[in-house]
Amino acid sequence: MTDTMDRPNLPENGQDRDRQPISTSSEWTFDLIRKYDEEIAKCAAEFGLDTYPNQIEVISAEQMMDAYSSVGMPVGYHHWSFGKQFLSTSKGYQRGQMGLAYEIVINSNPCIAYLMEENTLPMQALVIAHASYGHNSFFKGNYLFRTWTDASAIIDYLVFARNYVAECEERHGVDAVEQILDSCHALMNYGVDRYKRPAPISASEEQRRQQEREEYQQRRINDLWRTIPRLNDDDDAVNKKIRFPEEPQENILYFIEKNAPLLETWQREIVRIVRKLGQYFYPQRQTQVMNEGWASFWHYTLLHALYEKGLVNDGFMLEFLQSHTAVVYQPPFNSPWYSGLNPYTLGFSIYTDLRRICEHPTEEDRQWFPDIAGTDWVKTLHFAMANFKDESFIQQFLSPKVMRDLKLFSIQNDDQEDVYRVTAIHDEPGYRILREKLARQYNLSYREPNIQVWNVDVRGDRSLTLRHVPVDRVPLGDETEEVLRHVHRLWGFDVHLESVDEGTVVEEYHCPRHSLDEDDD
Amino acid sequence: MGMTHVVDRRLNGKNKSAVNRERFLRRYRHHIKKAVADAVQRRSITDIERGESVSIPSQDIEEPIFHHGQGGKREMVHPGNQEFVAGDTIPKPPGGGGGGQGHGKASPDGEGMDEFAFQITQEEFLDFLFDDLELPNLARKKLKDTESFKYVRSGFTTEGVPAKLDVVRSLRGAHARRLGLGGARKKKIRDLEEQLEALKMAPKDLDPAFSHEDQIQVLEEEIARLKANIRRIPFIDEIDLRYRQHQKHPQPATSAVMFCLMDVSGSMTQMHKDIAKRFFILLYLFLKKNYKKIEVVFIRHHTSAKEVDEEEFFYSRETGGTIVSSALKLMKKIVESRYPPSEWNIYAAQASDGDNWNDDSPVCSKILAEGILPLVQYYAYTEITPQDHQMLWYEYEKIMERFPNSFAMQQIADPGEIYPVFRQLFERKAA
Repeated sequence: MTDTMDRPNLPENGQDRDRQPISTSSEWTFDLIRKYDEEIAKCAAEFGLDTYPNQIEVISAEQMMDAYSSVGMPVGYHHWSFGKQFLSTSKGYQRGQMGLAYEIVINSNPCIAYLMEENTLPMQALVIAHASYGHNSFFKGNYLFRTWTDASAIIDYLVFARNYVAECEERHGVDAVEQILDSCHALMNYGVDRYKRPAPISASEEQRRQQEREEYQQRRINDLWRTIPRLNDDDDAVNKKIRFPEEPQENILYFIEKNAPLLETWQREIVRIVRKLGQYFYPQRQTQVMNEGWASFWHYTLLHALYEKGLVNDGFMLEFLQSHTAVVYQPPFNSPWYSGLNPYTLGFSIYTDLRRICEHPTEEDRQWFPDIAGTDWVKTLHFAMANFKDESFIQQFLSPKVMRDLKLFSIQNDDQEDVYRVTAIHDEPGYRILREKLARQYNLSYREPNIQVWNVDVRGDRSLTLRHVPVDRVPLGDETEEVLRHVHRLWGFDVHLESVDEGTVVEEYHCPRHSLDEDDD
Repeated sequence: MGMTHVVDRRLNGKNKSAVNRERFLRRYRHHIKKAVADAVQRRSITDIERGESVSIPSQDIEEPIFHHGQGGKREMVHPGNQEFVAGDTIPKPPGGGGGGQGHGKASPDGEGMDEFAFQITQEEFLDFLFDDLELPNLARKKLKDTESFKYVRSGFTTEGVPAKLDVVRSLRGAHARRLGLGGARKKKIRDLEEQLEALKMAPKDLDPAFSHEDQIQVLEEEIARLKANIRRIPFIDEIDLRYRQHQKHPQPATSAVMFCLMDVSGSMTQMHKDIAKRFFILLYLFLKKNYKKIEVVFIRHHTSAKEVDEEEFFYSRETGGTIVSSALKLMKKIVESRYPPSEWNIYAAQASDGDNWNDDSPVCSKILAEGILPLVQYYAYTEITPQDHQMLWYEYEKIMERFPNSFAMQQIADPGEIYPVFRQLFERKAA
């Protein structure tokens, strides 16, 4: 499967038309699922999709709810937030308000995809193509996933994490563990070094190093706090300038794990576990458009290939297309169903248009994409899938045609103005602006506040100061104090957070809160 | 390709989320308890077969993260442009709304809701209602023995009175015995008769030395002897007789009636009534486990007693003094007219704040001892008050000494005590 075919092209059509379809009924059986998978795998190979081996698991709706509630982790430690997710999922499902996610796929090796038993056969085929070949090849091919996750180790790691947390619960009580987990979850998105390559996750390694780390870590932390100079303040002005950390740290969880003065060893381990999971999910947060778009493009392309080969009939295709259309539907901004750009639609449109640019380039395409227009589309799409994240992918490949098709426009909302401004639309002067705006919208540091560890008062009250750098004056949200309380719980001493816009502190948060009357009862 | 592995996981457990769900309920038990308390207000005490829907303000279960707030300068790309061109301005709605760009956390259901609603099961409902009461234990407890019995057929016996003789069964036994005893002889007779026939048919030999006469005679004698034997087998023997056997089975009456007596005089506050209501629910639940059919009679009283429906029982207000005996008299009257103790298991639970006219308390004691306790399975008195006891309590204490098996009394000061008190009340007294 790894040897990409030289001439990956649409499978020959026409003469094979009279071949028997794999099935005519929409009832699935295990045999039929295997047959469909076999045929889809053949098509995928013809297009050069490189995948991990697949494990397809047929599950019931209840099991799907379970899977759904544990954010797609097949094994997870226990936490009330997953229970909350489960309650709301099952309620929505029972009331029929919400269909279940019709597929869940796990970035693991083998790549696990769930099929729900209630689905019809065309639906199962769609999910197989989408998840087991689309997402699967994305997990294996995209550089972020290759860098940040280790598909073959994740399941073992999850088992390790679950056991470790359960052990802690036994030893220290459910409440104590829950508190630490709550606090770590609040910072889960701040557990990644964006510019450093992480060590891959490994359960056995974790276990082996755990002991070692326990001793080492404690020693290190003691060292840090032992080097604190005595209280001879007059001593030197040099000491005053000592900053810790020397450079701002964006990985807050890592900083806490390594430096929080009061955490016990098991608490540090839990911080580490949540940090590692955050790292595992990090690529997914940055490739939603690319990943869903890729999977949608391939379910569409692969099932059409089956149709070309005469392996599925018109009824099958009608049902499939109906589902496909629903998946990639984009309600306009003024629709009651509108809730932002649909990543499936955007991604699917970009990949589809990329193929068109390769196969049938127009003059406009040659101007905009001189390196791509007229090239081998399979290679180009693979290149686009492998080497980008949402932000750069959009910046690189969003074509004027897609902007026109989706009728994109950008609106500026400045709180210092009484009006919204339309800054660009899908026209010649607007294309580049739109593309840049949309790309920026998917930049993680634009989506989430930029907050870093700024300083620890090692000589004084051991307080921790975080610094927020606002973009375009956008302030922090109303949960900030709440999150700070979690940071405080982990750090153990006062925590400050300051928003610093171009050198001036525009907002401060403190935990414990600074009150006017310091001497309370 | 052979790289795909298809697995049927449907038979694997589906309750993977059970622990997480339980963790959630545990974390929000205060909210849930409150919701349950509210639900009890709304529900009838016989309406305990279902769970309850619980709502928690979303902000209380938020998992906070750092996110952007309102304000500053934002730019968003949207689809579906119809008439805008670059440079257009759109007036902001009054009130400075965020124009739908708020970074509010989307609920999984789509629209933002300010309530997080979910269902708890009946069992959970009861757990929260009674402070982690363990119902299964309750179910295992035995009720006080009932008096009535029923005779149940239980096979046959060889001894009994003639009236219980089962003729068919006895004759069938006799027939079998006759076959058993006579069968072999009858076969022998048949064999001998065949031989005899054969001898008689044989040609006569003139030589007397070869004559069959002797043999024939022997055979005939043998046949006659056997036939006589068979005739002596009795048609029916003592050992054939079978009598129908009956056993005495205790027969609990399958119906129970539960009397709820409550003081509604001015001194009983709504809080008192809520506690009483929970106590009644618990009693109802307890009876429900043991009887097929339960009727509930509500008697409220102040200076006079009245049979009312549940709504009026718990919620209508009246003021006035207290004469407890009025309720006891009414109960006795109702029992006599509608619930003959031979057919009904009668339970009574009385809730009061202990207030009574002092002159009345001895009267109560007399009615209870002579008129009511002989008729009922169990009478439980709960005094809902944190204060000192009054006359009625001391009168009742005397009753308890006289009727330790059918009368019990306890004091409840706050809702948390309901279940322990209930358990004490219904603990089976050592025989």
